[in-house]
Amino acid sequence: MSTETTAIEQLTNKEYRFGFITDIEADTVPKGLDEDVIRAISAKKHEPEFMLEWRLKAYRHWLTMKEPKWANVHFPPIDYQAITYYSAPKSNNGRPKSLEEVDPKLLETYEKLGIPLKERELLAGVAVDAVFDSVSVATTYREKLAELGIIFCSMSEAVEKHPELVKKYLGSVVPYTDNFYATLNSAVFSDGSFAYIPKGVRCPMELSTYFRINAKDSGQFERTLIVADEGAYVSYLEGCTAPMRDTNQLHAAVVELVALDNATVKYSTVQNWYPGDKDGKGGIYNFVTKRGKCLGVNSKVSWTQVETGSAITWKYPGCILQGDNSVGEFYSVAVTNNYQQADTGTKMIHMGKNTRSTIVSKGISAGRGQNTYRGLVKVLKRAAGARNYSQCDSLLIGDRCGAHTFPYLEVRNNTTQVEHEASTSKIGEDQIFYCRQRGISTEDAVSMIINGFCKEVFKVLPMEFAVEAQKLLSVSLEGSVG
Amino acid sequence: MPEVKEATDSYFADFMRLEREANHFPAWLGELRKKALEEFAEAGFPTTRHEAWRFTNVSRIAETRWCAPETSANGAAASLLDRHAIPGVAARIVFVDGLFAPELSALENLPEGLQVVALRRAQQQPSGDLPGRWIESHLARHAAIGENAFVALNTAFFQDGALIHLAPGTDLKNPVHVLYLRASNGAHTATHPRTLVVTGHQSRGGIIESYVGQTDEACFTNAVTEIAVGEDSSVEHLKLQDEAENAFHVGTVQAVQARSSRFLSHSVSWGAALARHDINAVLAGEGAECTLNGLFQVTGQQHVDHHTCLDHAQPHCSSREYYRGVLDGRSTGVFNGAILVRKDAQKTDAIQSNKNLLLSEDAVINTKPELQILADDVRCTHGATVGQLDSEALFYLRARGIGLEAARHLLIRAFANEVIGRISFAPARQRLAERLLGRLSKGWTSEDSL
Repeated sequence: MSTETTAIEQLTNKEYRFGFITDIEADTVPKGLDEDVIRAISAKKHEPEFMLEWRLKAYRHWLTMKEPKWANVHFPPIDYQAITYYSAPKSNNGRPKSLEEVDPKLLETYEKLGIPLKERELLAGVAVDAVFDSVSVATTYREKLAELGIIFCSMSEAVEKHPELVKKYLGSVVPYTDNFYATLNSAVFSDGSFAYIPKGVRCPMELSTYFRINAKDSGQFERTLIVADEGAYVSYLEGCTAPMRDTNQLHAAVVELVALDNATVKYSTVQNWYPGDKDGKGGIYNFVTKRGKCLGVNSKVSWTQVETGSAITWKYPGCILQGDNSVGEFYSVAVTNNYQQADTGTKMIHMGKNTRSTIVSKGISAGRGQNTYRGLVKVLKRAAGARNYSQCDSLLIGDRCGAHTFPYLEVRNNTTQVEHEASTSKIGEDQIFYCRQRGISTEDAVSMIINGFCKEVFKVLPMEFAVEAQKLLSVSLEGSVG
Repeated sequence: MPEVKEATDSYFADFMRLEREANHFPAWLGELRKKALEEFAEAGFPTTRHEAWRFTNVSRIAETRWCAPETSANGAAASLLDRHAIPGVAARIVFVDGLFAPELSALENLPEGLQVVALRRAQQQPSGDLPGRWIESHLARHAAIGENAFVALNTAFFQDGALIHLAPGTDLKNPVHVLYLRASNGAHTATHPRTLVVTGHQSRGGIIESYVGQTDEACFTNAVTEIAVGEDSSVEHLKLQDEAENAFHVGTVQAVQARSSRFLSHSVSWGAALARHDINAVLAGEGAECTLNGLFQVTGQQHVDHHTCLDHAQPHCSSREYYRGVLDGRSTGVFNGAILVRKDAQKTDAIQSNKNLLLSEDAVINTKPELQILADDVRCTHGATVGQLDSEALFYLRARGIGLEAARHLLIRAFANEVIGRISFAPARQRLAERLLGRLSKGWTSEDSL
């Protein structure tokens, strides 16, 4: 047992691999938040009047709100006046037209993260809208997508060039009054990605974005909006890593997905923000609002997430199943190690007839990690024939971690079928023994068992992510069997 | 909230009057009651903003000025008793409108080792007469007044109730039946019955607790039952709530289990306009086993809420939980089943299942199974489903010449029998099955047909 314990310690104590700071001059607004800061952000981004008004409305509403306390997470109060709400790399003034014009230091950062932008452009067939802090620095494959009529650009650009689409859909899924963090985001969001897939178009490649928090003490407030018009299909990847820091950083993003008649939006995330060191110091607060709306008939929104990072995760990607026969899916793997806390899950709101939803959630807790699944399945009265299947499994590694499940099932229609199943287990000594006996090292055995545990989720991830996700899991957990 | 403040003020006045009128409670209990009242005044009635009361709105209870019932006509009580008495029990203790009714009870020739007394009587006995020690060390010691305002309210106001003790080594063949009858027709009456069950080591016994009523006016029952399951002993508890259709019933069952004990709880709820049951078990000794069964079958505008909490405080305990809900009309049901596994409660084995049948378009169910696990070597699962009667099964029965109504009843009975079938005392099981049948065939009115 003692050798095993040493191996566990070595592995669970692994330092965060992607911790480094890139030194770039940033164009920031002063710390703190008031109407002037919002006006400044809006002005810097050359936004039309309606955006500024919307931001101010959100800000005024935010002033009346209180931080939610119901989540099963604990952290010291956040000083919202000590955050810098806008930070853009200076070298971005006069936007680069191609990759060659991009600050080489930025490219180096991506290189370190293992996102070879150039290689991706050439080999992977992925259009990357890389967000460095708050402003897009490079957008690739734009032309190729433009041929099909697909708009894929940064949010700031969309506000400038396609205000009619932004005005129509921004806030239509997550209204500015939604919750404390979403409202804050509505007031101060800096940038993000925007995608519009026109009628009947199947997006030929996976759209992808990489987020990074960089400038010191800058909260990052991404706003992503993806609209799939009638009959369109799009698959979107989001992945994140963050450099090592000591002070906690707030990340309050909002993602809105809209699927019209017969459209499908698939959204996959690998989240690997800095989780804090092994004593629970530092790390990112990840308070995210993600929601998809199946507005049209036969539409589909699918969420897949692998959450391994962040000191605190507070995230409930949900689906509003408004159109008849629409489908919502949620596949999640959440890992907490050391002092990480995760309160994550989903909301499935069945409004239309014959709507279906599937929830598969896998939580893994190790060290002193606390992992909570909190999910809501709500079937409204007119949602005849609605069907839901939920499964949430927890795996515990070590005796000081916790796994919690809070599923809410609220059913108001008698032609529905709702099922929920949950289980909690640990990696059994007998399982390890079985593997070791066959010459498989403890580490490999644990990795194998965990990958098997998460298989249902990994298999729905796009290829590029599935590989990365497995690697991430082994980095976060391998060998930490107690 | 000024109205709520006013309401608690009136409770204070009532409390003072009661203290003056009836100072038959010993000093230690008086202290506890006072503390409970302060706790209640502090907390006030819960609102839907409280997580545990999100789906159950008790404002109708909070806004009503309740008073103690008048002594009632015994004729009504006797006829109620006729219908609800269960044959073959070891003892029967009956309370009418909150107070002990010796003439309706059957407490003679108790089996050896069994004590059944009314709380008021017990207090009036000279202390040498009754081994009051078990009362003092258990009464109002287990149900936490700080967590539930209704428990605090009961602790402050209980007047009477059943105290049951099993001496070590007693093996009770037939259960003890405790009946709380509501027969008075006074408006806005409230009772706060209190039950205490204490079992010695290596004893075994069953308790049936019935809450039944037939009143035209709205009435409120706020019951608390504490069960201290002794080492290596075994207790089976059945709570049957079949109150009048305009009654409010709020009740807590709090069990605390010692080492290697077994506790089996059944909760059957089909009466009352609003019923809320909190059923909590603390597995406080290694090797304890607990099973919680529950059945609710409601219709019309009824609202029924079950909150259960299985607290695995020690290692090597196992628990099973089976709750079944059948909802018709415009009724609403709530199930919230928490399983808490404490830090060192290794080798815990917990299984929970909640299944619900929605029979009408307007019935609503909110179910929330909940696992909180702080130990790693555990096996916990829970499952919840919401659905309708299986159309294929209905077709199968109809194809064999069974009418739609009869086929539906058959399937509902089979569904409910998963819970009723686990009750080990045959007469009680049979009585419940009959009552279920009566409710189904009578279009589920709460009018008693038996």
